[in-house]
Amino acid sequence: MNLFKKAALASSIAIGLSLSASALAENIAIVGAKIHTVSAAGIVDKGTVLIKDGRIQQVIEGTDVPSGYRTIDAEGKVITPGFIGAATSLGLVEVSSSAGTVDARAEPHAISTVGAALDVQYALNNDSTLIPITRIEGFTSAATGLSGSEQLFLGQGAFITLATTYQPVLKAQAFMKLSVGNSGVDNNGGSRAALWVAINQSFDEAKFAKSYAMDPSQNWLGLTTMADAKALIPVLDGKMPLVVNADRAADIVQVIALKKRYSDLSIILASGVEAWRVADELAKNNIPVILDPESNLPGAFDQIGATLENAARLHKAGATVVIGMDTHNIRLATQHAGNAVANGLPHSAGIAALTINVAKIFGMDDQIGSLEPGKVADIVIWSGDPLEVTQTAEQVFIQGEQIDMTSRQTKLRDRYLQRNALKPVGYTRP
Amino acid sequence: MLNTKIKLGLALAVSVALVTGCSGDKQEEKQESVTGIDKNPFPSTYRKIDSQPVVITNVTVLDGIGGKIEDGEILLKDGVIVAVGKSVRLPSGAIEIDGKGKWITPGIIDNHSHLGVYPSPSTRSHSDGNEMTSPVTAEVWAEHSIWPQDPGFQRALAGGVTSLQILPGSANLFGGRSVTVKNLPNRTIQDMKFPEAPYGIKMACGENPKRVYGTKGGPMTRMGNVAGYRQAWVQAQEYRTKWAEYETELEAGGSPKRPSRDLNLDTLAGVLDGDIIVHMHCYRADDMGTMMDVMKEFNYKIGTFHHAIEAYKIADKLAENNVCSAMWADWWGFKMEAYDGIKENIPMVHAANACAIVHSDSDLGIQRLNQEAAKAWADGKRAGIDISQADAWQWLSANPAKSLGIFDKTGSLEAGKNADVVLWSTDPFSTYAQADKVFIDGAMVYDRSNPESWPVSDFELGQIAEGDAK
Repeated sequence: MNLFKKAALASSIAIGLSLSASALAENIAIVGAKIHTVSAAGIVDKGTVLIKDGRIQQVIEGTDVPSGYRTIDAEGKVITPGFIGAATSLGLVEVSSSAGTVDARAEPHAISTVGAALDVQYALNNDSTLIPITRIEGFTSAATGLSGSEQLFLGQGAFITLATTYQPVLKAQAFMKLSVGNSGVDNNGGSRAALWVAINQSFDEAKFAKSYAMDPSQNWLGLTTMADAKALIPVLDGKMPLVVNADRAADIVQVIALKKRYSDLSIILASGVEAWRVADELAKNNIPVILDPESNLPGAFDQIGATLENAARLHKAGATVVIGMDTHNIRLATQHAGNAVANGLPHSAGIAALTINVAKIFGMDDQIGSLEPGKVADIVIWSGDPLEVTQTAEQVFIQGEQIDMTSRQTKLRDRYLQRNALKPVGYTRP
Repeated sequence: MLNTKIKLGLALAVSVALVTGCSGDKQEEKQESVTGIDKNPFPSTYRKIDSQPVVITNVTVLDGIGGKIEDGEILLKDGVIVAVGKSVRLPSGAIEIDGKGKWITPGIIDNHSHLGVYPSPSTRSHSDGNEMTSPVTAEVWAEHSIWPQDPGFQRALAGGVTSLQILPGSANLFGGRSVTVKNLPNRTIQDMKFPEAPYGIKMACGENPKRVYGTKGGPMTRMGNVAGYRQAWVQAQEYRTKWAEYETELEAGGSPKRPSRDLNLDTLAGVLDGDIIVHMHCYRADDMGTMMDVMKEFNYKIGTFHHAIEAYKIADKLAENNVCSAMWADWWGFKMEAYDGIKENIPMVHAANACAIVHSDSDLGIQRLNQEAAKAWADGKRAGIDISQADAWQWLSANPAKSLGIFDKTGSLEAGKNADVVLWSTDPFSTYAQADKVFIDGAMVYDRSNPESWPVSDFELGQIAEGDAK
């Protein structure tokens, strides 16, 4: 009973914060927090964020709020830009195993021989319970794509908001996915000797397709389908980043060589377990790395050099580090970043790895990723250091809107905290 | 006469299973002498490392059983904890470590690991964790699959893990015997076996057995699973009776016909005798509810439900039945039976006075179980469940030790216990805390400040990044 009272108290505080969850156009001032602007303005030790028309109007020092704003007291709290899931399948999967259709995994279909044509923008479901579960932990947008295609490429991913909306796509065809590590090899001839030739052939065909009438009346005898070749043209032109999954140093060197062969490619390395071994080359060639900093085991022979210092060493070499590879628990990217910090990554780089760096690599940094005037007001008020496992997101704003901080998980929790032993649980409706 | 003997055995079993394996051992010896069956054919050859006495001073102590001492001291000598308190005697020749700003805790015990049976690298050649050839394979023993050169052991050590239980996988209704080891891999698996630790058996509820056997002769449903457990227990009861009759007649000086031996039923009978502790992979509340009735029907004890994603829904029933739950802080959604995972599962089980354990089931998770406990502790607090850090540490050491039947030997900082101890760089309920020094049986087996001293598995020796920061 005592427990129940405490829980009720805790949730009434939460409700207090979200009482006036509100019209998009509301002007809000969040006052008194330590603010990570993740911009040239750095950290404001005690400042105020002004939100107007769903965008960040200004971050000011101190606590003097101009008139015309609803104020939210955040003294003693920490504010960051909304975190961004860098490598997820959010909106494409509800339950991964034995639970019906999973749009995150595609099977071969006549439309595509190399997987490039596949496009997740049509597959997104923002009613997924993963969306609220993720956003109440401080994540406000995400890159989402296929986790498997059984083909060379894993299709085109999308960049989405985690707001409640039927139109979550902020950018369709936001990136192309490719795996050249062991998993990619297994699906493509069983050897890198086949895989890489297929990659080169696919890009050569895309190059040819640029000046060819790509219509069904024409002969097309390429390795790729017409849809694949068309999809690869913006990649070839550097308009769509190519996210390449690779772990061993030898593979990463091949990825760098790929960029030299097709010089307009905009490449993002993903996983990159041994990326630290070629950190200087990656930095020099402007190839950012999305990684899991906790990956420190030789899970396969292409991950022998795994170390907890991967993120720190890459950062030190000047490479752009992005953290966040998961779907159901992409919310744990904060912990992953914290562990990178515990192993040598500067704290500010840990925050950047979840915000501005993610926005930059997907070309979204004019909209999100930092707290700068004019950017979309995706903002999180944290109880303390967001990379500390004991701290939490207390209030999240997406596009200037103060969101409801509940999810199916919080409702399950509250149902069983409040359970009335005299009635079946179905009647407890928190 | 016979009945009395069996009942006596069972009564012993219930009291013994969660406390200690000692009484069980005595029973084994007795049986051994009568039947000639060696109940311990793969004995531990673990030897503790010689060490000087160590005194750590000015340190924040979490004793693992609810106590916290600020500016405390601890003395480790001859492999055991000699004293813990505000101040301890400093023996001559002792190494003194200033613990200012640091915390000391019992070593972490992971009661759910597949290190060695699903080692790194995870090649098919190494995939030795699931005997997926029949739903009932209680005859297999995880220790016969463990590769001690799995580099995961050293990684876990750097995360403060001093003991762990290695289990078969969860494909089968009865997956086989588990083994509890000291986290000091050596040339053979026997070299790391935790001396006198009782055996466990892995059982599994729900989706996995029906997924694996649904198209291979069954079970293909949950009801098929339950029929499978019950049928096996019926056979085990008959087997046990047959052997008990044989023993009784032998003891009476007769020359009875020796029953044929069955390795599968040997293990199941060991559970009914209370010598082998049941570790049951079970996610859903209703599955756990059913299994607690099967347990009563056949008069055995389930020590721990593993994963127990929905333990929070039936925490009161788990407390009533004295069954532990080994849980993750926040894993969920990878299959339907994990769909209702919540972040407050662990503290809600604790708050109901049931036994809560933080487990990993992961070669990465095992490296930072303190962070898993920290998350659960903080999430509980925010939901109004105020548990002290000192109490919460039970999830990491004392409760898993109880679930493995080794709490009389390790799992808390109490005089006389194995000196399995971790010195943390700071409050271990933090992302930034690291295990600075790890002691097993009093020997410093990991010292973060001295990379030259870090253990390296044969597999990593001579490969790139040998001895690198892990």
